[in-house]
Amino acid sequence: MEISLAAEPLFHIGPLVVSNSMLISWVIALFLIVLSVAIYTGYDRFPGKLKMIIEMVIESLRSLVVNVAGEKANAIFPLIATFFIFILLCNWVSVLPGVGTIGIHGEVHGKEMFIPILRGPTADLNLTLALALVSVTSIQYFSIKYLGVGGWLKRFFNFRNPIDFFVGILDLISEFAKIISFCFRLFGNVFAGEVLLAVMLFLVPFIAPIPFLGLEIFVGFIQALVFSMLSLVFISVATSHE
Amino acid sequence: MENLAIGLTIAIGGLGPALGIGILAGKALEAMGRNPEAAGEIRTNMILAMAFAEAIAIYSLVMALILKFV
Repeated sequence: MEISLAAEPLFHIGPLVVSNSMLISWVIALFLIVLSVAIYTGYDRFPGKLKMIIEMVIESLRSLVVNVAGEKANAIFPLIATFFIFILLCNWVSVLPGVGTIGIHGEVHGKEMFIPILRGPTADLNLTLALALVSVTSIQYFSIKYLGVGGWLKRFFNFRNPIDFFVGILDLISEFAKIISFCFRLFGNVFAGEVLLAVMLFLVPFIAPIPFLGLEIFVGFIQALVFSMLSLVFISVATSHE
Repeated sequence: MENLAIGLTIAIGGLGPALGIGILAGKALEAMGRNPEAAGEIRTNMILAMAFAEAIAIYSLVMALILKFV
């Protein structure tokens, strides 16, 4: 049984190494873009089941954001909804048959190993780190937008009294801790799920892994919700006046 | 020896979150028993809070996986 913590490189475009998880995340991003453009431009022409489902998802996400953020919801909602939908698809794609199991034998760093052609994108630390950086950067962006540069700096460097000063320094450290906690939480959950599924498949190849697939679908949903909810809560805390 | 370290990493790291999730679920069930109308809302918040507690276990799991597979 071979389990690789890092995503395996498939091919190169110039200096850019394209790994298997990168490939599938591009496919998901393209799929979402095409779907949303098709739904948006064909507004009157197909009010079918697909559009109803998408509207239902967007509606419930929007009510969630409005509950937490209030009047700032319009500015924050697109980011949070994108996080949720993208991470949800990335988590669920790793449960599909063929992802992580169909592959070729190749050489990676001078070592002969099995390279799966497809790999769950969130089971790669690079993607979750990128998402965490986007999330933490946008927390700062919204904070500056609503509080101004002075108000934003005052969250971290407050000389009013010693207690506020130390709280500000702790807040500054916790901004960096957020990056680590965001990316490790998502990566750990999805990667651990993949390892669990692989182990179950090796122990009992039939029937027994089915409940674990259900568990993975549940965990994928919860983690997408947790990532977007946390971003939402952090943004609404960072934009509110104390 | 290395395998022992890996085992201990996840065993000790899993201890705290396990207790935390136990307390969390117990309190949530208590609240649902007292106020059954709010059960849906309590359940949602319980699952969210559980995911946060579980994240601590996931950190040690990531450490154990890194030790094992890198």
